[in-house]
Amino acid sequence: MTAAAWSALLPYLVLTGALLVLLLVVSFRRSHALAMWLTLAALVATLGALPGSNAAGVQDIDGFLTIDAFANFFNGLFLLAAIVTALLGYRYVEARASRAHREEFYILLLTATLGAMTMASAAHFAAFLLGLEIVSISLYAMIAYPDEGQAPLEAAMKYLVLSGVASTTMLFGMALVYAAVGTMAFGVVLGASADPLVIVGQVMILAAVAFKLSLVPFHMWTPDVYQGAPAPVTGFVATVSKGGVLAVLLRYLVETDLLSHEALFLAVSLIAIVSMIVGNLLALLQDNLKRILAYSSIAHIGYLLIAVLVVSALASPAMALETGMFYLAGYFLMTLAAFGVMTVLSTGAPADTESLASYAGLFWRRPVLAAILTAAALSLAGIPLTVGFIAKFYLFAAGIEGELWALLWALVIGSAIGIYYYLRIVFSMIRTPDDETAVEGSGRSIEGIAAASVLGAAIVAFGIFPTPVIDVAREAVRAFGGFGE
Amino acid sequence: MNILALILFLLLGGVVAWAAERVHPSAPRWVGLLTFVAAGLYVAQAWAGGYAYANQYIEWIPRFGIHVILSMDGLSLMLVALTLFLGIVAVVSSWTETERSHGFFQFNILWVMAGVVGVFTAFDLFLFFFFWEVMLIPMYFLIAIWGHEARAYAAMKFFLFTQISGLLMLFAILALVYFHYAATGLLTFNYHDLLGAAISRDVSFALMLGFFVAFVVKLPGVPFHTWLPDAHTQAPTAGSVILAGILLKTGAYGLIRFVVPLFPEASADFAWWAMFLGALSILYGGYMAYSQSDFKRLVAYSSVAHMGFVLLGVFAFHEVDGVLVTNELGMQGAIVTMIAHGFSTAALFMMAGALQERLHTREMSRMGGLWVRAPRMGVVTMFFVIASVGMPGLGNFIGEFLVLVGAFKASIPLTVAGALGVVVAAVYGLVLLQRAFQGTPNPDIPAMRDFGWREMSVMVLMMAALVWIGVYPQPLLDLAGPVIELLWEAP
Repeated sequence: MTAAAWSALLPYLVLTGALLVLLLVVSFRRSHALAMWLTLAALVATLGALPGSNAAGVQDIDGFLTIDAFANFFNGLFLLAAIVTALLGYRYVEARASRAHREEFYILLLTATLGAMTMASAAHFAAFLLGLEIVSISLYAMIAYPDEGQAPLEAAMKYLVLSGVASTTMLFGMALVYAAVGTMAFGVVLGASADPLVIVGQVMILAAVAFKLSLVPFHMWTPDVYQGAPAPVTGFVATVSKGGVLAVLLRYLVETDLLSHEALFLAVSLIAIVSMIVGNLLALLQDNLKRILAYSSIAHIGYLLIAVLVVSALASPAMALETGMFYLAGYFLMTLAAFGVMTVLSTGAPADTESLASYAGLFWRRPVLAAILTAAALSLAGIPLTVGFIAKFYLFAAGIEGELWALLWALVIGSAIGIYYYLRIVFSMIRTPDDETAVEGSGRSIEGIAAASVLGAAIVAFGIFPTPVIDVAREAVRAFGGFGE
Repeated sequence: MNILALILFLLLGGVVAWAAERVHPSAPRWVGLLTFVAAGLYVAQAWAGGYAYANQYIEWIPRFGIHVILSMDGLSLMLVALTLFLGIVAVVSSWTETERSHGFFQFNILWVMAGVVGVFTAFDLFLFFFFWEVMLIPMYFLIAIWGHEARAYAAMKFFLFTQISGLLMLFAILALVYFHYAATGLLTFNYHDLLGAAISRDVSFALMLGFFVAFVVKLPGVPFHTWLPDAHTQAPTAGSVILAGILLKTGAYGLIRFVVPLFPEASADFAWWAMFLGALSILYGGYMAYSQSDFKRLVAYSSVAHMGFVLLGVFAFHEVDGVLVTNELGMQGAIVTMIAHGFSTAALFMMAGALQERLHTREMSRMGGLWVRAPRMGVVTMFFVIASVGMPGLGNFIGEFLVLVGAFKASIPLTVAGALGVVVAAVYGLVLLQRAFQGTPNPDIPAMRDFGWREMSVMVLMMAALVWIGVYPQPLLDLAGPVIELLWEAP
């Protein structure tokens, strides 16, 4: 391997090294605070290695990973999300997990992040599956982390079983494609292939991907797992685990041009439309903020599929990639902000603050947290002044360029339905509470409030001045296969 | 004139007002009032000083060819002036209304108005849409936090209607930009660049409808008006004043500024239907106003009727040498109606708010004979009822008269229907006056305070404005004239 390849690989090496150090430290000296700060240091150091990795250009690591600015854009998002999760999780884990095993939370967090980073640069089925499984297995334990209560265990179990089935399906699909094509690397153009083995294999892979992205009709696990998982972990599941799959999906589709296959294109379009509509409709019926956000995430990933579909609808996938990257960045910010506020409010409470009723009057009790949640909700609804609007604007622009009219109408209808329940969240915060019995934790988490405030500020700042994010995304797209002007 | 600075000044005023609550509970309203007065003086000085066409052009999101383009021509100038004046009215009318969060209340008023000033001056379609949506969120808070008993429902309905129609407009804006890009290779949201966009007739008709629906929801025109009575009835006084006086005008402004110039042919094709909706709004709004027992609901429905005249005037396309062209008289009438209605309805909503504050009811059946108890309020109400009925010599008459004269050239049956609406207006206007202020005094009514100098001073200013428009409308027509001539040349 060349020096450039090593420097491209540096973020991965730093994170893996830090992981080992943390493992050793935890075995010799159990200190929650030390573990948290070490984790933060590891994540920040990894972030620091990203520019150097970008400078190395597109690096092919033995046909297994392709490390480029595209992968590093996602890596940056994952690392930032992990930092937020560590900050949010600190007081939360301290209250919910017994002294004997608080530190392992951060080890799992780092492995999950490493898995997602592997997916972002995967150029081979083996890397894809490896990354996916690292993320999933770490998440099983993270979901079940709190000591008390059955809900987290139940959620972890559900996720374990269903996710296992999805992974197996994917593995089988990969085997079929390998049987037909003879290679497990991504670089083979499959779009025009009429080989039934390839088509069946691809359908199985896409079904597993749809499961991981919780798209209708593979979405059944989502609300239960979101609800059962501890709030900071839910935020992580909603962002990093889906972001990793989306990154690999985008790369895979660009490399294989799979969606130029008409039937597959139609199937994915259908999944997107149904996800947008069903996700939003079911969110209307919920009174639990976690479940609302679960269904809303189904709808949002449905919107995101517009970007995925544009990959094949246009001559150059540049616009599609740019849209997907920007949308995902916005989605990360607003989802993490929403779960951040929830985590802070749940800190010190026996159970997570998740029913909408318990948010009554938040505007008058905790104005800062309420303002952050308002920004997140309005951003998810796609109202201007927030990054969610620019993200939706991107989708419209990409969809119109690709002339995907049916999907755009679904986007309009889905967003229209969505406004109602996002506004319900806002309204429940300005409402005067019916009674003062609402269970509420101390909500004292300086780290958590700080993280949530930064996210809230970023939602508004990038909503008004999106150019920095756009520039980074465009730079990454240009590096990826030389697209763009 | 620096428009961006003006908008930022209002936004900053909002933040200061919010923070000022820590100093003293009454500090926020003074901050609000002074901010509007200062901004108003700034605009007035620009107007008086021979008013130069202001223009600002700043790069914003180069990726999509989006710029901050803020300009002020005659139409924008008069609407911005109206906005700032009604800002003062809104603050004064709710001087004692809020019981809590005085700071956040003023913050919302100032931010709505900042958004509206942006809407009236933005000449980049993205920026326009940005302001269009930004003004909704504070308005939502005004209704949802300080509204009356059914505020949750009303606020949600208001937001859903305007947001969903806004989504259609966003779709239409992007499609327009894309088709223009496909034809010319120039990616831009600049209004002036998009004016002559070569788009096929079918597509342009569809895009026109996207804009039209968004603006008619806001106007509001039948059948998209159902949010208005609820929102008005439930909003606090300042909210109603802003909603009726200003927010409805953004819909009318959009029709004049965007729908007709961007899609002249499609608008001409659609003109009869738009006029029909206008006439329908006039008659239906009048009929519904007559059948209300709630003071605010009555005024709200009368707004639907008055805004019908705007639709009628803007779309009164008539044939010249075999080509359908925009109607100068109709346009001028629509613009004058916008301004005059802004004053007369804002005053009536202020009156409704004052009555509710004193009597704790909006039901006219529980009023009656109020003239004896509060003669100043009686006189003021009579003046504005007569104005909104369309008495010659007051502003509303000029507007409606010009609209009807213009519409006459386009469609006689629809003009007749519109003129009938003026008769209906006289009926519901007098009913309002009679039920609330005349008749036997209701013995259950506690002794009530008449208007003080604070309320009277804004009322007198608004009366003076209506008399001025009614007697000497030429300055307004001169300001609007060049804008309309541009439209006339467009097709």
